Amino acid sequence: MEMLSGAEMVVRSLQDEGIEHIFGYPGGSVLDIYDAIFQSDKIEHYLVRHEQAAVHMADAYSRSTGKVGCVLVTAGPGATNCITGIATAYMDSIPLVVLSGQVPTFWIGDDAFQETDMIGVSRPVVKHSFSCRTAEEIPIAIKKAFYIASTGRPGPVVIDLPKDVQNPLNKFPYEYPESVSLRSYNPTLSGHKGQIKRAVTALTSAKKPVLYVGGGAIIANASEQVLALAEKLNLPVTNTLMGLGAFPGEHKQFIGMLGMHGTYEANKSMHNADLIFACGARFDDRVTNNVEKFCPNAKIMHIDIDPTSISKNIHADLPIVGSVEVVLQQMLDLMEETKATNDSESINAWWDQINEWRAKDCLAYKTSDTHIKPQQVIECLYKVTKGDAIVTSDVGQHQMVAAQYYPFKEPRQWINSGGAGTMGFGLPAAMGCKIAHPDRPVVCVTGDGSIQMNIQELSTCMQYNIPVVILLLNNRSLGMVKQWQKMFYGGRQSHSYMDSVPDFVKLSEAYNHIGIKVDTIDELEPALVRAFELKERVVFVDVAIDPEEHVYPMQVKFGSMEDMYLSKTERTDA
Amino acid sequence: MRSIISVLLENEAGALARVVGLFAQRSYNIESLTVSPTNDVTLSRMTITTEVDCKATLEQMMKQLHKLVDVLRVSELTEGAHVERELLLLKVRTTNAETRQEVKRTCDIYRGQIVDITQSLYTIQLTGSGSKLDAFVATMDETSEIVEVVRSGVCGIARGDKALRG
Ligand SMILES: Cc1ncc(C[n+]2csc(CCOP(=O)(O)OP(=O)(O)O)c2C)c(N)n1
Ligand SMILES: [Mg+2]
Repeated sequence: MEMLSGAEMVVRSLQDEGIEHIFGYPGGSVLDIYDAIFQSDKIEHYLVRHEQAAVHMADAYSRSTGKVGCVLVTAGPGATNCITGIATAYMDSIPLVVLSGQVPTFWIGDDAFQETDMIGVSRPVVKHSFSCRTAEEIPIAIKKAFYIASTGRPGPVVIDLPKDVQNPLNKFPYEYPESVSLRSYNPTLSGHKGQIKRAVTALTSAKKPVLYVGGGAIIANASEQVLALAEKLNLPVTNTLMGLGAFPGEHKQFIGMLGMHGTYEANKSMHNADLIFACGARFDDRVTNNVEKFCPNAKIMHIDIDPTSISKNIHADLPIVGSVEVVLQQMLDLMEETKATNDSESINAWWDQINEWRAKDCLAYKTSDTHIKPQQVIECLYKVTKGDAIVTSDVGQHQMVAAQYYPFKEPRQWINSGGAGTMGFGLPAAMGCKIAHPDRPVVCVTGDGSIQMNIQELSTCMQYNIPVVILLLNNRSLGMVKQWQKMFYGGRQSHSYMDSVPDFVKLSEAYNHIGIKVDTIDELEPALVRAFELKERVVFVDVAIDPEEHVYPMQVKFGSMEDMYLSKTERTDA
Repeated sequence: MRSIISVLLENEAGALARVVGLFAQRSYNIESLTVSPTNDVTLSRMTITTEVDCKATLEQMMKQLHKLVDVLRVSELTEGAHVERELLLLKVRTTNAETRQEVKRTCDIYRGQIVDITQSLYTIQLTGSGSKLDAFVATMDETSEIVEVVRSGVCGIARGDKALRG
């Protein structure tokens, strides 16, 4: 059998797992692994400028491909710098394996230099973790980590690797396990037969059904089934912020995103539905608004691979544990077999009602002669990219506007931190997507606050030539915070105003990238056209937008789903 | 409502911390928790007693426990017939022969055992349900001076055919 050191085993195991890209940052306790990487020609390593960005890159690499993202960092600060990234992935169920160095086993517990209990620090934000105390454990730990990260409800897994375990001088027999099974971990994929039957009956007899589709449908690659089911029964479909793209944004049955900044028609349809069919969505508070007032007449049907998501916030009348893809396929097969269908007359009447709500045109906005509106920027982006770009975003108003005004055609096209709402996600995420899809246009829609949380990655872009477009909706403020302060804090703008936004054009140029400043609407489209024509370069487009613009619709706090502000002066009837 | 949850989990480093972390993180209450390896040394058996406000919370708690990668089985005991036992070790000071006699008598009534003595101290061992132990401690408090109390927390098992196995 082949003899390898612990450090070599790490690299070989990753290779045998099929890993091609890894994101990281070296340091004392992982130098042996870095030396092994140096000698491997199979794994491409990207050196970031901050470990948090490495995790976001791996995370978005995973979101845009479905593969597991992989990160390598050193002990102590290297490891703790990953926590925000790991928490971000955890909240959105993204499969990651994070390898972190550790002080030698014989120093653990002695407060050695750069000793941090990474297993302990990361525990609440990982799906699972391993600490390897001998080199022989490494291959099986890595195999298990990838298996756990990518199956069931995916999530990040941390592997702690003490330095002595990596020692290049000690060689051990190496074999990478073909497969792995864990007696305590067996995710359910297919739905209970009886429940499938009941679900078909409930769905086909509903008069006002809504298909409520979340990120789980994307993770499960269930778009095909969602589309088939929706079209077969002529169901209205709404997507969560995480589910955008799971159902085509321009499909006539798409009624928009739902929730806090969802469309009028999506929130109205939910509230007035008689059946809500949740597919890989988890009734997050940003969706339900006040749970006491949530959809009073709806029967709730819920597919989720994670039993804890079912009946956690909203009681499910018809729970189905399983993968969205498998369960929907089971339902489709049964419907095919039994020729089950719904009553088109009542569905048409439901559509008449929905179309009335649609006619309100809740995303219409007023343009101005003096200012560029953020909505115009996203609409222009859509036009210039023909709706084909992978769009990542940061967190704030720009994120919501991107979600509302860029109809995503397909899954894995919209990459954002939905559960954690992590500012600083957008740029490294765009880089991770571009590495995975070098031939596709990738754009990061960002804000002046968010972009400065990981702006150092412009340097990584320079080193590896990762040509992403950065589209900054510059409102010279922490717009979303300011919006809340205007609406709920008597307009007191406590620390939501940035007094010294840098010159982003010069900053981009300092990193040898191209910066374009856009101050008027006439400059917008040419600037974006140019940005996407410069395929080999990072282009930073800094668009000065109206700093007073708010995001609407917006649900009224403590209200039901259908209680919304529709503009600064308009609100639905209470 | 009071619940007793039995958990069968991998006997591995970090498994206990994950369970305790889960309870802290989701602000579930733990009244007592006992854990030790089973006849199969690769498995640990845990008994958790907890107070929950409703059935839905209990269900969520059990689902969350089951979601932990190390956990094989989870079951609730109070819903069915079960046996629960707790061990008490109690050290009391007895200054004269009269109290010593009284302590011995109470101990016999409760079917406790004196497991250690010095000139002025008795150490008593008693098993039973939590309420029996409470009553015993209260009685001892009246008859003598309690120096130290240690309780194991509840251990539980279902009656009859039901079994929690790997
Ligand atoms: C790391 C982090 N810190 C703070 C917040 C709270 N927060 C949410 S949106 C926002 C403002 C974002 O400002 P900017 O990036 O300029 O976006 P805008 O809303 O102006 O479009 C803040 C501070 C957050 N989501 N993430
Ligand atoms: Mg801003």
